Amino acid sequence: MNKTVFFGAMTAAVTLVAGAASATVLDEVKARGELNCGVSTGVNGFSAPDSAGEWQGFDVAVCRAVAAAVLGDPKKVKFVTTTGQTRFTALASGEIDMLARNTTWTLSRDADLKFTFAGVNYYDGQGFMINKAMGVSSAKELDGSTVCIQTGTTTELNLADYFKANNMTYEPVPIETNAEAQQQYLAGACDVYTTDASGLAATRATFADPENHALLPEIISKEPLGPLVAHGDDQWADIVRWTMNALVAAEELGITSANIEELSKGTANPEVDRMLGSSEDDLGAMFGLDKQWAKRAIAANGNYGEIFAANIGESTPIGLARGLNALWTQGGLQYSPPFR
Amino acid sequence: MSDTHSNTAAYVRDTMIPQKAPPTGQVGAVRWLTENLFSGPVNTILTLLGVAAVYFLFVHLGPWFQNSIWNANSLAECREILDGASGACWGVIKDRWHQLLFGFYPQYTDPAIISALTGVDLATAKGWGDASVEAEKGFGVVFRYWRPSLTFILMVAALVPVLFDAIPRKALWFSAAFPFLAFWLLWGGSIWFPVFAMMGFAVGYIAFIALQRISSLAATVGAVLAPVIWWFFLAEPIGDAVASAIPISLVPIQSHDFGGFMISIIIGVTGIALSLPIGILLALGRQSDMPLVKWICVGFIEFIRGVPLITLLFTASLLLNYFLPPGTNFDIVLRVIIMVTLFAAAYMAEVIRGGFAALPRGQYEAADALGLDYWKSQRLILLPQVLKISIPGIVNTFIGLFKDTTLVVFIGILDPIGLSSAIRADSNWNGIFMELYAFIALCFFIFCFGMSRYSQYLEGKLKTDHH
Repeated sequence: MNKTVFFGAMTAAVTLVAGAASATVLDEVKARGELNCGVSTGVNGFSAPDSAGEWQGFDVAVCRAVAAAVLGDPKKVKFVTTTGQTRFTALASGEIDMLARNTTWTLSRDADLKFTFAGVNYYDGQGFMINKAMGVSSAKELDGSTVCIQTGTTTELNLADYFKANNMTYEPVPIETNAEAQQQYLAGACDVYTTDASGLAATRATFADPENHALLPEIISKEPLGPLVAHGDDQWADIVRWTMNALVAAEELGITSANIEELSKGTANPEVDRMLGSSEDDLGAMFGLDKQWAKRAIAANGNYGEIFAANIGESTPIGLARGLNALWTQGGLQYSPPFR
Repeated sequence: MSDTHSNTAAYVRDTMIPQKAPPTGQVGAVRWLTENLFSGPVNTILTLLGVAAVYFLFVHLGPWFQNSIWNANSLAECREILDGASGACWGVIKDRWHQLLFGFYPQYTDPAIISALTGVDLATAKGWGDASVEAEKGFGVVFRYWRPSLTFILMVAALVPVLFDAIPRKALWFSAAFPFLAFWLLWGGSIWFPVFAMMGFAVGYIAFIALQRISSLAATVGAVLAPVIWWFFLAEPIGDAVASAIPISLVPIQSHDFGGFMISIIIGVTGIALSLPIGILLALGRQSDMPLVKWICVGFIEFIRGVPLITLLFTASLLLNYFLPPGTNFDIVLRVIIMVTLFAAAYMAEVIRGGFAALPRGQYEAADALGLDYWKSQRLILLPQVLKISIPGIVNTFIGLFKDTTLVVFIGILDPIGLSSAIRADSNWNGIFMELYAFIALCFFIFCFGMSRYSQYLEGKLKTDHH
């Protein structure tokens, strides 16, 4: 079998190289008829396969929206599972067209690794979880506590900075994975578990007694998570960025998956008409798509607010409040530039 | 005689004393216990400790197994049913076992055929969660995943003639063809691709036979060159022509849909099947008198043994992407199989070299004395003995290789361990650990224990000394 596959792969490789020369990502995706989207191997609420093998989640919804905008079908996505180590290579080598995997936007990833972040779909930050029996209501009262912390991550550095700045001491309990952290924390090996607040909420939701555990109000770091694409194809970066913007703008303009058909027949609001392709303006043509691209992107999973509510919002077991991720009109940070 | 006896010595007993039962301490269970469990203070203490450990395990695990819950669709539901008691939530296995076995391999969902085979009407069923599909889940899954299931059955059929020599030797032809058949069944596409690839070996054989009359060197060169020419220049145009004339094909499936035990078995079995011959060649090469061959083999073995498998896997997944031109899609499963095979082959070479070292020098001299050439003496005299000596080591490497396949989780391939975390990422099953790991451990145990038992059977069968 080895030889067969080997030569098959080699010939396939050679043909691909010949075909791939100097085509844009958009052309490649269209020719392939499938969007290769990198996701994590499983983060609760953000990307996970259901029992039928369909990927679901907040990050997955971004992939589906882009596929709907570009290919007209939110199902035409090939989800490539990536780990923390393999994600950037997969993107840089062109194995995936875009990465939607809880990736924090930092300067070095943007400039040094040569990626373009298409925006922020979730503003996260590092938080603390404690057992309510501790009787602590603020992270400032955690002096002398034992803290479960993943080794070799930025959370470890953030924690050290925070305790130093507040003149407190702590005893770290190093752990490798979130699964291990849950067990250690529940076994009482540490008083406090710290990681991204969304992760803490998801973890707490799995406990047999979530009501006995609390997230402290302090958020000690900025973790803006968003989808990213490789440098070198601005058109493709624009498509992903404006698909995200369309989802946010749709929430602001009151376009939902329920009323989108109704609204696309024409409204009094010219921006809605421009987005949904029911006016004269052809925004999609500016980056190689048709007039209905944004309509399809929104129809795929609903607007940003609907996606949030369905995957990680307060009605789900994860139960995250909108917080920083509310629209700018409601005191949050989600803000889309105008569709004009 | 008896008179004399009774008269001369009145104190001598003239009847046998009836046999008494042996002392209670020397029979049955008591004797066995004192001999085996309580033969001394140290053993008594160890026995008591052992009993305590078993009791402790039983007390803690007993209720957990006893309260097993199979009918639940989420961990929360399990907890509700258990109401605070400790119990295993096997609902996750019931819900996801098809994923743990087959990953995301597309299911065959032609409603008419599935209904005919399983008696469940799928035309009206909505999907996996639907009640009528639930009813069909058990046996029907085999049909939904008929391609990997059939491949597995055929794999067993192909392995049997290799493993047991009581099977007619002609069955080995099927074993030889199986890899091509398996490739076609699993990856799909046109049947002519594996068929023409297989023909390459036939072409090589024909070239070998034809050129042997000229010289053995020409035959060897021809046997290598002819298939290469066939694969690279002839197979594709002829194959395309035949494929368009007689199109037989299966829906192509991409490697990234593979997962679960399927991927472990694909990587493990391919690695096992290829690492043994490569390992033998490397071991021979390392002992060779030809310096170039020797140093290449030594260099390869020492390099591969000097780096961890995970490094090689990262090389396969990351570095190759940088080396190959952008846009190249060199199948990731194939890359992993190659790396795992090379890794296992290096270890195999050393195991077999150990076998060579254990062989008395007289065997080499005997082979030379018979006037056999190098390959004949290896094939007829040395290797049969070497392989027999090396069986425990070889199987050890096989078992290690099979379990090492779980390392692919680090490069984002969803093997059973990777799937267990993907399943946990679903809100329904977040926080479930032991049940998934127990299931995975059980499956691995079945395979590894099977290999271990087979090696013992083989050792027993090949035993030629008389102890």
